[in-house]
Amino acid sequence: MSTSTAAHHDDHGHDSHGHPTGIMRWVKSTNHKDIGTMYLWFSFTMFLFAGAMAMGIRAELFQPGLQFVQPETFNQLTTLHGLIMIFGAIMPAFVGFANWQVPLMIGAPDMAFPRLNNMSFWLLIPAAILLVASIFVPGGAVAGGWTMYPPLSVQAGMSMDMSIFALHILGVSSIVGSINIITTIFNMRAPGMTLMKMPMFVWTWLITAYLLIAAMPVLAGALTMLITDRHFGTTFFNAAGGGDPVLFQHVFWFFGHPEVYIMILPAFGILSTIIPTFARKPLFGYASMVYATAAIAVLSFVVWAHHMFTTGMPVAGQLFFMYSTMLISVPTGVKVFNWLATMWKGSMTFETPMLFSIAVVFLFTIGGLTGLVCAILPVDIQLQDTYYVVAHFHYVLFSGAAMSIMGGVYYWLPKWTGHMYDETLGKWHFWTTTIAFNVTFFPMHFTGLAGMPRRIPDYSQQFAEFNMISSVGAFALGISQLLFLYVVIKCIRGGEKATNQVWEGAHGLEWTVASPAPFHTFETPPQVK
Amino acid sequence: MSQSTKNYYLPGPSFWPLIASISLFLLAGGFTMVLNKISMGTPLMIAGAVSLTYLLFGWFKEVIGESVSKFYNKQVDLSFRWGMGWFIFSEVMFFFGFFGALFYARNVSVPWLADAKLLWPDFVAGWPTSGPGLTEAFTAMGPLGLPAINTLILLTSGVTLTWAHWGLMKDKRTQLKIGLALTVLLGAIFLYLQMHEYAEAGFTIKTGIYGATFYMLTGFHGLHVTMGAIMLSIILFRVMKGHFNSHDHFGFEAVAWYWHFVDVVWLFLFIFVYWL
Repeated sequence: MSTSTAAHHDDHGHDSHGHPTGIMRWVKSTNHKDIGTMYLWFSFTMFLFAGAMAMGIRAELFQPGLQFVQPETFNQLTTLHGLIMIFGAIMPAFVGFANWQVPLMIGAPDMAFPRLNNMSFWLLIPAAILLVASIFVPGGAVAGGWTMYPPLSVQAGMSMDMSIFALHILGVSSIVGSINIITTIFNMRAPGMTLMKMPMFVWTWLITAYLLIAAMPVLAGALTMLITDRHFGTTFFNAAGGGDPVLFQHVFWFFGHPEVYIMILPAFGILSTIIPTFARKPLFGYASMVYATAAIAVLSFVVWAHHMFTTGMPVAGQLFFMYSTMLISVPTGVKVFNWLATMWKGSMTFETPMLFSIAVVFLFTIGGLTGLVCAILPVDIQLQDTYYVVAHFHYVLFSGAAMSIMGGVYYWLPKWTGHMYDETLGKWHFWTTTIAFNVTFFPMHFTGLAGMPRRIPDYSQQFAEFNMISSVGAFALGISQLLFLYVVIKCIRGGEKATNQVWEGAHGLEWTVASPAPFHTFETPPQVK
Repeated sequence: MSQSTKNYYLPGPSFWPLIASISLFLLAGGFTMVLNKISMGTPLMIAGAVSLTYLLFGWFKEVIGESVSKFYNKQVDLSFRWGMGWFIFSEVMFFFGFFGALFYARNVSVPWLADAKLLWPDFVAGWPTSGPGLTEAFTAMGPLGLPAINTLILLTSGVTLTWAHWGLMKDKRTQLKIGLALTVLLGAIFLYLQMHEYAEAGFTIKTGIYGATFYMLTGFHGLHVTMGAIMLSIILFRVMKGHFNSHDHFGFEAVAWYWHFVDVVWLFLFIFVYWL
């Protein structure tokens, strides 16, 4: 392939690409790799910030009674932790991966719209400022939970307006980013890279981008109705005017359920990339993996009301949403079994990315099964708003999404930096994270089943032991992430030189370019056989 | 499309993304302050609006400049097509959210309110309604009169736009200019009549769920017509300058797609908001 000639080739043919140095390199960037790097650092900063809020929550819950924070502050902590982790940490991390990897994987010179790509990133900054600054306005940050249900959100103070506009801006960023990704995948593939030859990560992001384009505008609509209800006298969510607070929940979860797949499908893509590499076998059932991803995406739009089983729906509606939700476990199961079959009789080695991937297959499946439990209508009525739900979604979002991100970072870090990371420290990070995660969240299944409600700063004496265990685990989990930061910085600053292929079992276009990947790659499209 | 550029055009470093970010920050921050009666808000919003206008004109000017300088090859042209298509799809989903609210109110929440005899035992379901808690009488908007005329105007504007497109395809520049100018004019008349309708309406945005859904749906549609009319005017301006030819005119087509999308939204509005 003709890629090595592209290295450090700044002034070529059609336009001057002499990229600025210093801060302007990043501010004015139109380079998918630089923008991907910014996304990943932004995401990690937000991850630590929202993680610190979780530490505040667990410190308060270490013992029954009120110790450190007032109930209002506690509510602000849970709300902002959720909002920032979802919109500031998980989603931008996956977009960072998409930016770095999609053009490399399909043999494109860059994203289809490089300037819009940078705009998608820079829109995250005002949104983050609005969210974080809302802590300091009169009345404090939003405290009604990340789902912003009315009537609480209609009555809340100025911070609610700031959060709503922050989410509007994030929505613009996501929609523009998704259009960019879809266009890149459909229009920028190297000759010979047919759709069914695309790496699984590209497929999952293509489908995720569709979910974003379809779901984000609906959230924008819900938030706009919230703003007009708050300030312009509309009655969308007010029964006195013929509206209904539950209407917000319907519109919100029509966005919200696809949103949870937006946060997991790219993780599936990362797993489907890492596992074949370290099992040294091609991905088992590639086509079924593609169809399963598409099936999950379609189903995600017809299950939203399972978040609202206790709002008083007609039984027919409840049953429909119960069965459609359970149906999702079929394509998800296809994926889990495909990963297992990929590992079956493979020559496996257990480098840090593989350890993370295997842990995700195992722990995500636990989260998936508790999801199935929550889908069962009569059980869910008991479990709604208990710690069981908190345990469930942290098993899918932390040990599903966040740990896939960590695995992906270790997997591609040598390609990004040109250095191998410290394998020993990476394994330490893996084991401390995995153990601490389970110590934190596994007991929540028990406290939840015993009836401990979430989003409450105080609790009955009977939950004391399990909460203490959870808090100890949470602090260990938090500290482990500082180790992650250290390993990443150490790898950027130096380390064993990485080869182009990096991993023995790695296949695909991204492993044919130099490590670190040169500033411009695939300016002349490679031929894919 | 020019074949002189072999490679996909990749723009160099650009300040526009940062300006976009600052503009939206000023607008969002300023609007928050306006809503919460903080006096700083209005100047911030104005600054944001000015900066956003500067951004839109500057960025599009740069893109148009690249286009007329033949930097774009067929593949770039196709990218713009994919991009515009999915942008319009996202707009469809935005309106879908509001139509969903309308259907939910009419078919679910209002009948449920009438069935539940707890708070408002005398409330009877029906549409249009301002809900059980607001008792002032109001007159609803029927489909005849202005709305029907407006429907006719928008449908005609779709025809004139297509006629202009034919002119472009056959290199009949006069037909193109007249068609475009007529389309912009019809859009402006539509907006004028819509404002007139608002001024004469016997209810406000505060008239319960009927007023809320009516003004939000028609208001956002009106906003889109405004955007579309501005975009069409810019296309007309570019035509006057001699841009576009029979085989290279995606800027024209993109705006035409947008205009037809706004047309179709109106048809749904006419049926579900004014008529049924």
